[in-house]
Amino acid sequence: MAKTLKQQLAEVNEYEREPVPPSSLKSSTSFLGMYAGEHTAGTEYVIGPLFVAHGVSAPDLIGGLLLGNLLAVLSWALLCAPIATKVRLTLYYQLEKICGINLTRIYNLVNGLMFCFLAGSMIAVSATAIGIPFNFPMPKLTDMYPTSIGWVLTVFVVGAVITLVAILGYERIARFANVAAPWMIGVFLASALAVLPELGVTSVKDFWRVANDVIWTGIPQEGQDKFTFWHVMFFAWFCNMAMHIGMADMSILRYARKWTHGFTSASGMFVGHFLAWICSGILYAVYLKQNTGEFAPGPISFYAAGFAGAACVVIAGWTTANPTIYRAGLAIQAMMPKTTTWKVTMVVGLVTTIAACFPALVMRLLDFVALYGLILMPMGAIIFADFYLAKRAGFVSSYALRSGSEFNLPAALTWVLTLAFCLGINMFGGVEIFFLGLPGWFVAVILYVALSKLMQQKTLKEINV
Amino acid sequence: MKMLATVLAIIALGLTIIPSILVFTGRMELDMHKKLITAGTILWFVSAPIWFRKKS
Repeated sequence: MAKTLKQQLAEVNEYEREPVPPSSLKSSTSFLGMYAGEHTAGTEYVIGPLFVAHGVSAPDLIGGLLLGNLLAVLSWALLCAPIATKVRLTLYYQLEKICGINLTRIYNLVNGLMFCFLAGSMIAVSATAIGIPFNFPMPKLTDMYPTSIGWVLTVFVVGAVITLVAILGYERIARFANVAAPWMIGVFLASALAVLPELGVTSVKDFWRVANDVIWTGIPQEGQDKFTFWHVMFFAWFCNMAMHIGMADMSILRYARKWTHGFTSASGMFVGHFLAWICSGILYAVYLKQNTGEFAPGPISFYAAGFAGAACVVIAGWTTANPTIYRAGLAIQAMMPKTTTWKVTMVVGLVTTIAACFPALVMRLLDFVALYGLILMPMGAIIFADFYLAKRAGFVSSYALRSGSEFNLPAALTWVLTLAFCLGINMFGGVEIFFLGLPGWFVAVILYVALSKLMQQKTLKEINV
Repeated sequence: MKMLATVLAIIALGLTIIPSILVFTGRMELDMHKKLITAGTILWFVSAPIWFRKKS
């Protein structure tokens, strides 16, 4: 007999406050599909073009993406996955053990909001494709606020469907991403290949010349900062900083049978953040020739691949927005453990959809993504220090759990002081936001170790007694 | 059933990618590529869910 929706929702069990049992562990193929789908996303249709707009040269783009993506994969495999598969807890419950319930609540609020905005940008990208038949004006690179009623209505329809899928749980999200991923990658590739002749590429040997002279010319558009190899490399490494170094993907990789499943993130990096960014840059170069003034992935992809292109923009947005809303749901749910996940996810979906109405989220995506990773990174550093350095450095791991503290002051100070340090070198040293994560991580680890040793009120001996 | 779905899904991927290669090499018009990639898309979402379905 078919179960009612209410029964299905009641049965959604995501092990929010307990380790994932061996029976629920997943094989590497599940993660391969999820990472490939998640990182071949709607936002790839924006990031590739923004590199073109920022005047990245072709050699800087290729070199920066290769090295940056390699570093991102290593961050997932060597930092996040080993801890995730050892503790098998969500990021939020792990933080609660270390930082205490009250500090974790603050973190969860910030984290949930960040995820909402990120998913919102993906919903906005999808809406540019859904809106094609309705012929309302699409946002331009300079638009910050909702541009029409048609735009707002379209965003709300897309947001409602994505939220419904996210409510139904991780299994369905993974299945949806797995099915769509190979096709999406095919459409990205096919769209770019089909329009290359319009840029003057009719054989493989033409590509590098046109790439240098027409697509990634090294000259930024008016009003845009010039990006170098270092910008591309650090952006590729840190655009998912919250997920790997920031440990948010503990919530996903806790389902992995082995820590080596962290290497499956390569499918997302080298397909999504390499191939797809290159393809979307090519599509944008064709768009620049048409000079319509709009910055809307939907129509651009529709021009290159017809209905399939528009569908790809929609689905690419969905496959990323779904796990992002799911993560946001978990983040907020951890604040209210007695509230069911599906109710929290519904509210998160609504907030996300409202945020998606603002095109600013798309037009300033590079800055937002860098900021989002940076703000969440110190907590990942704290988890790293707690897991690997507590015994060696002589402080108590999982301090909040073991001491009964609800607010771990060293962790709070580490978070605030690390961000203050980053803000300081940004404002007074002129270091751009894309480069702050690396020094910031080392500062956070050192601060947490030092402050824990200085400020922990109960020693391990006292706790054991 | 699953074997048939697998074959159809592979054909769908072919319809998605091969026409664009033909456009790139000047052997097909962009409009025909758009029609074929759309056919490939429909075929993919009909066949791939069956192909990807786990044994129960």
